[in-house]
Amino acid sequence: MIPLSWYLILAAGLFSIGLFGVLARRNAVAILLSVELMLNAVNINLVAFWRYGDVSLMAGQVFASIVFSVAAAEVAVGLALVISVYRRRNTVVAEELDLLKW
Amino acid sequence: MTAEQIIFLIVGAVTLISGLMVVTVRNLIHAALWLVATLFGVAILYTLLNASFLAVVQVVVYIGAIAILFIFAVMLTRRQSAETGASVNTNWWMGALMAVLTFAGLAYLLQSWSGFSKQASAIPSGFDAINQLGDALTSPAGFVLPFEVASVLLLAALVGAVYLAFTKK
Repeated sequence: MIPLSWYLILAAGLFSIGLFGVLARRNAVAILLSVELMLNAVNINLVAFWRYGDVSLMAGQVFASIVFSVAAAEVAVGLALVISVYRRRNTVVAEELDLLKW
Repeated sequence: MTAEQIIFLIVGAVTLISGLMVVTVRNLIHAALWLVATLFGVAILYTLLNASFLAVVQVVVYIGAIAILFIFAVMLTRRQSAETGASVNTNWWMGALMAVLTFAGLAYLLQSWSGFSKQASAIPSGFDAINQLGDALTSPAGFVLPFEVASVLLLAALVGAVYLAFTKK
């Protein structure tokens, strides 16, 4: 059988990879891709805690499905923002969007 | 080593490697396709965890809708210089340092927790996870309020996305 630690370490690794992507990538779409990796890492943790705890308590799976809908909403609004910015500024590179930078 | 552990190790390695490709590969279409591979790996992990409904939702919603939406967005925002320039910013090493520190901190915190190497208890016979999930999502004693809030959130996101991407005449 697989111990819980394997899932937790895998999720921590996937979260860190996503964090690196958010901090380092220049393209705004790539940053959103990395956010998806982080949300998936959290979901692995939620489902693993459901399975390794009391399986009759469904909170882990319910929270995972709510993370699904939040991720769908985040992607829809995020990509709409990226497309809107691209129309106005003709760029999606995050460091060129410095209008609010003092 | 049991068969389950071997499957986990293979799927975990594929998931992590394709996750790394998502954040490092230059071509964004390729990055989105690597994200599909990562999401498939996570769906297989859900199956290993006996969460069959979430595995199906992962394939339908994440791969079928979100990843395809990403590919559309990449195609709509293409620009020549964005693909010839560097794919990471000049402070990328700081991001890598932060990621390694986060992983080390999480690993340290987790291994000091008493339930870290817990084994899964067997699923009781006659236990129907999908039935239980449906009950939990719709019963007032369960999670009907978060479920309804999630649907309102999706509606608001739909309206917001249409408004933001709408071209004014």
